[in-house]
Amino acid sequence: MNILKHAKGFWSSIVLAIVFGVVMQFLITGEIINFFYVNTLYFIGINIILAASLHLIIGITGQFSIGHAGFLAVGAYASAIITMKLELPFSLSLLAGGVAAAIAGLIIGIPTLRLKGDYLAIATLGFGEIVRIVFLNIEYVGGASGMTVTQLTTWPWLFGSILLTLIVIRNFTNSTHGRACISVRENEIAADAMGINTTYYKVVAFAIGAFFAGVAGALYAHNFFIIQPTNFGFLKSFDILIFVVLGGLGSLSGAVLSAILLTIISTFLQSYPELRMIIYSLVLIMMMLYRPQGLMGTRELTSFFKFGKSAKRGINS
Amino acid sequence: MTAKTPLLKVNNAGIRFGGLKAVSDVNLELKQGELVGLIGPNGAGKTTFFNLLTGVYVPTEGSIELDGDKLNGLAPYKITKKGISRTFQNIRLFSELSVLDNVKVAYHSLAKHSILSSIFRLPKHFSEEKYMEEKAIEFLKIFNLDNVMHETAKNLPYGQQRRLEIARALAANPKLLLLDEPAAGMNPQETEELMNLIALIRKKFDLTILLIEHDMLLVMGVCERIYVLDHGQLIADGTPEQIRNNPKVIEAYLGEEVS
Repeated sequence: MNILKHAKGFWSSIVLAIVFGVVMQFLITGEIINFFYVNTLYFIGINIILAASLHLIIGITGQFSIGHAGFLAVGAYASAIITMKLELPFSLSLLAGGVAAAIAGLIIGIPTLRLKGDYLAIATLGFGEIVRIVFLNIEYVGGASGMTVTQLTTWPWLFGSILLTLIVIRNFTNSTHGRACISVRENEIAADAMGINTTYYKVVAFAIGAFFAGVAGALYAHNFFIIQPTNFGFLKSFDILIFVVLGGLGSLSGAVLSAILLTIISTFLQSYPELRMIIYSLVLIMMMLYRPQGLMGTRELTSFFKFGKSAKRGINS
Repeated sequence: MTAKTPLLKVNNAGIRFGGLKAVSDVNLELKQGELVGLIGPNGAGKTTFFNLLTGVYVPTEGSIELDGDKLNGLAPYKITKKGISRTFQNIRLFSELSVLDNVKVAYHSLAKHSILSSIFRLPKHFSEEKYMEEKAIEFLKIFNLDNVMHETAKNLPYGQQRRLEIARALAANPKLLLLDEPAAGMNPQETEELMNLIALIRKKFDLTILLIEHDMLLVMGVCERIYVLDHGQLIADGTPEQIRNNPKVIEAYLGEEVS
């Protein structure tokens, strides 16, 4: 009976989100919001997908991966090849971006996920750099000068992708499979002793996370007219990592919220380029000093709207 | 000896870490339904032996069989599925999860719905999750933990955390339960309650239990047979009465008599 109640809340929030998406679509096509804000909105959207996908890997499964820009790059280049070189439709390139990144996730995940903590971080950091350098040296995709891409990312595609990402990751997390991933994060030895195939769940979380990072990459590539390997350096990985950590490790709504906030902050600071990084860093330092558990801790936004027993359920909602 | 075949059979099992023989030549048999103690001084290799049984370490020599199935070299999660479940000396709960979810994790291997059916919320997801929840609640009732089931595990008092760990180990549906110092850090009254609980679950789930314990009184009180481990080797086995009077055991615990 509890589960059915959750399902009802789930569908009503989806309906609410779709209404929001449609309204935004009218505002954009009616040119009521100016171009600058629309662009910021796209930025935010792509960052939400990135934050949510890394949240699954770091926040839920507890695998400290800092090569996420590598998956973004794989998705971006794979999708750009599909539309620009093979001249196939954009929808296919979104899917191809995701699949290519997921395959990259499997290839990197299977050997490295036996590493723990710092070692995994170093290995994934290395992976991100390798991807960047590989694209830098492939003439087919333009090498250092990059690849020109037509602007194809539109609000419906972007919004649909965000919605799909959040639904998939939320549904995955709130199931026995998600609990298995969380148990790996909480105590890998105990998870193993409880009959959880820890390697399998680590790889699955890694592949799903990489898939959505790849989708984000496709949206990213078709939004900026040009993609260059320098866009996908390790600083980009850290940007994504900061969304997740600042939002609160283990909180999906926290990751989304901090992706929105930090994108807005960094966009508005663009008018003061010399102060931008200083203020941005100060925000991060303040945050870590006064709220080290992140914006939301491990809680979700929904838990604030419930009272009594169900408020304590946290991740179960 | 009875005609029953042993549930667990350990033949000359041992492990070396480089030149160090942590455990060697252990021969041990557990019959269905027995409650057996494993004692020994600090550093005797008791927990290492548990780690061998559960697959955390792979034995470098000898063999381990459960119900005639060889367990050597199997991954820990596979051994759990075959029917060995354990608790830990230092409690290892999933501390950020609720009490209920801790037990549900142990039920994971029983779940029949795929990742895709969870992602797309197919009917199978709901029926399976509901079944798991009901089973887990039923289970917590046996352990008197149902009134705290939505509490985060790390917020439980120590005694309840120990009980939850045993509950979680049992939810994995073992034939053989390994308890690693379940009474560590408990006061005499809590210890007694724990012993009653162990006796209860043993009857209720038709379990075989192997118990590591430092509290001699407790081990002597509940175990039918006792194995004594010292410096990685079995030095004695027998009934509590035999163990109490065994000179080797007294020597291991108290040191040699000055002659």
